[in-house]
Amino acid sequence: MKLTDLSNDINEWFSGSGPLADIVISSRIRLARNLAGYKFLSRCSNAEKSQLLKKLRDVLMSLELGEKVFYISVDRAPVLNRHFLVERHLISRHHAFGKGPRGAVIAEKEFFTAMINEEDHLRIQVLKGGLQLSKCAEQINHIDDMIEQKVSYAFSPRYGYLTACPTNLGTAIRVSVMLHLPALKITGQIEKFFNAAKDMNLAVRGLFGEGTEAAGDFYQISNQVTLGISESDIITQFENVIIPEIVDYENAARNQLLSEQMDLLDDKISRAMALLRNAHLISSQEALFLLSHLRLGLNMCENMGASSPVIDTLCKHTRQGNKADKRQGISIATINRLFMLTLPAHLQLNYGKSLDATHRDALRAQIIRSALNQGL
Amino acid sequence: MQCQICNKNDATIHLTEIVDGVRSEMHICENCAQDQGIAVKSQIPLNELLSSLLAVQPTDEELFGPSEKMTSTSCSNCGFTLDQFRKEAVLGCPYDYEVFEKPLRRLIKKAQNGKTTHCGKVPSKTSVGTKKQMKLITLKQRLDEALQTEDYELAAKLRDKIKKCETQSKTTDKKI
Repeated sequence: MKLTDLSNDINEWFSGSGPLADIVISSRIRLARNLAGYKFLSRCSNAEKSQLLKKLRDVLMSLELGEKVFYISVDRAPVLNRHFLVERHLISRHHAFGKGPRGAVIAEKEFFTAMINEEDHLRIQVLKGGLQLSKCAEQINHIDDMIEQKVSYAFSPRYGYLTACPTNLGTAIRVSVMLHLPALKITGQIEKFFNAAKDMNLAVRGLFGEGTEAAGDFYQISNQVTLGISESDIITQFENVIIPEIVDYENAARNQLLSEQMDLLDDKISRAMALLRNAHLISSQEALFLLSHLRLGLNMCENMGASSPVIDTLCKHTRQGNKADKRQGISIATINRLFMLTLPAHLQLNYGKSLDATHRDALRAQIIRSALNQGL
Repeated sequence: MQCQICNKNDATIHLTEIVDGVRSEMHICENCAQDQGIAVKSQIPLNELLSSLLAVQPTDEELFGPSEKMTSTSCSNCGFTLDQFRKEAVLGCPYDYEVFEKPLRRLIKKAQNGKTTHCGKVPSKTSVGTKKQMKLITLKQRLDEALQTEDYELAAKLRDKIKKCETQSKTTDKKI
């Protein structure tokens, strides 16, 4: 399997399907595991790392996952491919640019990834669109059981699954939910969300882009405590309490825009449209920022019946659903595609070679112009 | 404490910056932090937080608790020392959790919201003995909690359960 087979399209979890998908982009569960009888990676020689890599690769490639998997030798992969895998959320930045022999086993539809020799010997993750944590949990638990039939994990009665960093100890589970919260940002309430999350011992970070900046108003919220609370308790808390509350909060902000600040919403959408349809150079950050406002407008039109001359122009496709009409407007699917396909590594992989920042900005602007001017 | 920028609101955000070893502190309110885009940047992942905690170079006592001068102790399995943990924020091998149990427990408690005992999935290959040991650890922790909240009725019940569990283990051990 070639990476370009993936890079031409968006992953299933970003395609806008699944429960609450207008706000909840995706659900992910990751487990960290180490093999008994081996040192943690910081103390392993390259020969020991290679031995671990081979052992775990063989185990993972032989699993019955119900879908084809492929293997990538991460340390040998070109830098661009590694950036691509990070953009795609298939491997972590730490794994992409770490040291020593390491690899990843990835399911072709991208619902499952295993990182071998990341910070721990093995990190497995399951990803699904919308709010589907229970399904993720069921699936990853089954995969974990299958792996455990073939290897022995480092486990302590007191501390549970032993991990290289004590912050992952215990269940070694990281539950993450990706959210699109543009209305909270526009109405100036995002800080309250950060503080509430902090009070509940949850970590918040941006979904796209480097560092902590949440480009495109996409946020990832995860548990920090892994010890002394069971996997099912963490998941239930996320699925039944935390995420529904945040969704309600974002919906309240959307209603506030609708009833009190329609001018503000119209202004954000009009500016975004004007820039995206006319710009000839556009950075990844700016594109994410502007596309976010279009995604908000489209979702509010479809789910809340929002209407104004600006929104009506944007949503002709959604409102009329008339295939014969060439003036169809823009669909949420188009915006979702643009979010992902205009990320730097996607752009270059699909273009077929590395490009400097200016050329990337020009190509990005061209792709966006062509997608948004079509049918309007 | 008042916000250093607006001098009006209470300072709820406290920033410590260390540049070239020089430490500076700033105390500001939520609104001023939002204006300056500071609060968003304060959302850093836990691993980075741990590394930055360690990078501040707290004393052994601050980090690992009093009377733990263990920086010279090393793990016989992997040669790991606490000094290395301070630099790398990851351990050398699973045995380090035993070798450095006392100093690490304080840190684990801090990072894990006060928790120090696993609760959740157990590998299916785990021996019956380990499972019993886990049950005992959980019971003892619950007993501690009951005593702390002065729930003596619950404490008495838990003490009976622990005794029963310990007797069972001894009988099983003899059979084996």
